Amino acid sequence: MSTTTARPTAGHGARVPAGAAPGPLRGEAPGRKQAAWLLAAVVVLVLLAAASLAVGARDVPLATVWQALTGFDPGNGNHAVVQARIPRTVLGLLAGAALGLAGAAMQGVARNPLADPGIIGVNAGAALAVVTGIYVFGITRFAGYVWFAFAGAAAAAVVVYLVASLGREGATPVKLALAGAALSAGLSSLMNIILVSSQDTLDRFRFWQVGGVAGRDWSVLLPGLPFLAAGALVVLLAGRTLNGLALGEDIARGLGQRVGLSRAVIALGIVLLCGTATALAGPIGFVGLVVPHAVRFLTGPDYRWILPFSLIAAPALLLGADIFGRVVLLPGEVPAGIMTALLGAPVFVWLIRRGKGAGL
Amino acid sequence: MTTSEAGRRTALLAAAVVLLFFASVLLGSYTVTLPDFFTIVTNHLTGGPKIPGASFIVMEDKLPRTVIGTMIGTAFGLAGALFQTMLRNPLASPDVIGISSGASAAAVVAIVVFGASGGAVSGAALAGALAVAALIYGISRGGERRGAGRGNAAGNRLVLAGVGIAAALQAVISFLLTRADIRTAADVLVWLNGSLNSANWDRAGILFLALAVLVPAVAAIAGPLRILELGDDAAAGLGVRVPAARLALVVIAVALAAVATASAGPVSFVAFLAGPIARRITGRSSLPASALVGALIVLAADYFAANLAPLLLDGTVLPVGVVTGALGAPFLLWLLVTANRKDA
Repeated sequence: MSTTTARPTAGHGARVPAGAAPGPLRGEAPGRKQAAWLLAAVVVLVLLAAASLAVGARDVPLATVWQALTGFDPGNGNHAVVQARIPRTVLGLLAGAALGLAGAAMQGVARNPLADPGIIGVNAGAALAVVTGIYVFGITRFAGYVWFAFAGAAAAAVVVYLVASLGREGATPVKLALAGAALSAGLSSLMNIILVSSQDTLDRFRFWQVGGVAGRDWSVLLPGLPFLAAGALVVLLAGRTLNGLALGEDIARGLGQRVGLSRAVIALGIVLLCGTATALAGPIGFVGLVVPHAVRFLTGPDYRWILPFSLIAAPALLLGADIFGRVVLLPGEVPAGIMTALLGAPVFVWLIRRGKGAGL
Repeated sequence: MTTSEAGRRTALLAAAVVLLFFASVLLGSYTVTLPDFFTIVTNHLTGGPKIPGASFIVMEDKLPRTVIGTMIGTAFGLAGALFQTMLRNPLASPDVIGISSGASAAAVVAIVVFGASGGAVSGAALAGALAVAALIYGISRGGERRGAGRGNAAGNRLVLAGVGIAAALQAVISFLLTRADIRTAADVLVWLNGSLNSANWDRAGILFLALAVLVPAVAAIAGPLRILELGDDAAAGLGVRVPAARLALVVIAVALAAVATASAGPVSFVAFLAGPIARRITGRSSLPASALVGALIVLAADYFAANLAPLLLDGTVLPVGVVTGALGAPFLLWLLVTANRKDA
């Protein structure tokens, strides 16, 4: 089978997918429309980042935000408020970008429209590891949770993917979702044994569990940066490979790709990205799922556009959710992870009802 | 395996349930002899003299706990087997497809926001389970019309919708946990894991009434279910009204899972594991065997949680669902691996 479907290789090995996949890309000035949209998305993201510094329990005028960034005055209360909002804004940008990239790449590499860190068990793995860290090693700060969360997330992702990809059809959406749900349920039971017997652990853990960008300072953020950079580099360079994989394993192989190797490398990048994002911000669901799908309406099926668009649009969604969560329940806050779940679930349901995606 | 052999093994399962039932009532951290047990029960019913201490422990703690454990095990076992057969998916069960999280979210809202306890929490859980089940069914059915005639697509959509909604409800639960006082949060956590610690006779009575309606309904639907297993088209060809039969099955299975969850919280994995284990024991898919295996799992896990776990964990009585979860997870992964290998 793999040899007979490989005919297209001959002429256009270099620009394979754009021609093979029907979509808005066809017959237009290559990329001009996409570039314009991408620029617009960047502008929106910058505006949201500014709003994230300005909006909250104490609103600060944008002009003052600018002053605080350019010439910080320690005596000015407004400046202090802005200063305090910088880490959460940066974290929103980083975690959002990581989740968006990871989601897009995951959907491509698994040929699976539902791949998402929350659904494939990454969150449960990270949660169990964090609880273990709190209970066994007495860790009390977000900066300490990071390493546990990262290890747990990576281990869970690997197990779920391995279990789901056994069998002839590979990792179909249902198998992946079920393996993820099943492993999550099992890991949560183990976690609950600890939580039921230790109220202190529960008291710390419940604030990590909601997932959000508030309350983390630079000591949490900085250790994550190298992982995020490495993962982003791997995934952003993989656009063409993902285009090949999206056509199916046999065709990709016919096009001269080393399917197994490229899958493994991209999967490593994905685990770096969503593992680190979960480690830094706690479990944040649906961002990695929803954004790549929404982005496809603008970009068509070409991963060389889907990836950069996800990189910009996902942090915009996460920042937007965080800002909205700050004002919706004043004087309290709804963590960003909760807002994304509430906003994302309807989109998820809509995707299922539409039922057109690969394997659905 | 012959029919009589399967019947013999089902009878053995029933005997094991009875044995384990008495073991949980009589043995454990407080031991009661069999004659004492009968004296206590007959005196309780006839109003005779009580045995100091023992009467209270048996009648107010051990017996209701074990009775409820047996009943929810039966209900979860039946519900799981119904779902798995109906969706032709060995991995579908009320916990995986989101019904339990509906019950949990409603119960947590009742406890944290409205300060409810006891029966009100059970009522909220029941309502939440039914509401989420209706929502998931509506979602999966709405899509069916457009993508008609694609084999088991509706079943898959049901599973996927359940997984997505469960994730969103989980976020709600996590958020409410951070808003609650830590003691309330700890109580909520125990409920969320499924626990028999607050078993009492009122609850047992309501559960009994519900099962008295639902178990005969399961017996009535068993025939069409067996034909549905052949596939929707084949079943329609054999004269089964597929949509009606499917709806009836969904309603009964959801009701079973919902009443069990309302009585003791979402005891994880019981519904999921009962069917496959029963199949391994009797050699075919069998509703009675699944019900018995469900009861066995809950009784064994609760015996461990109430009597053995405190020895290991400085006196913490674990919620029964934590034990079923911790034991069920490895089995489940193994099941996933073998199920996926099989279709390779």
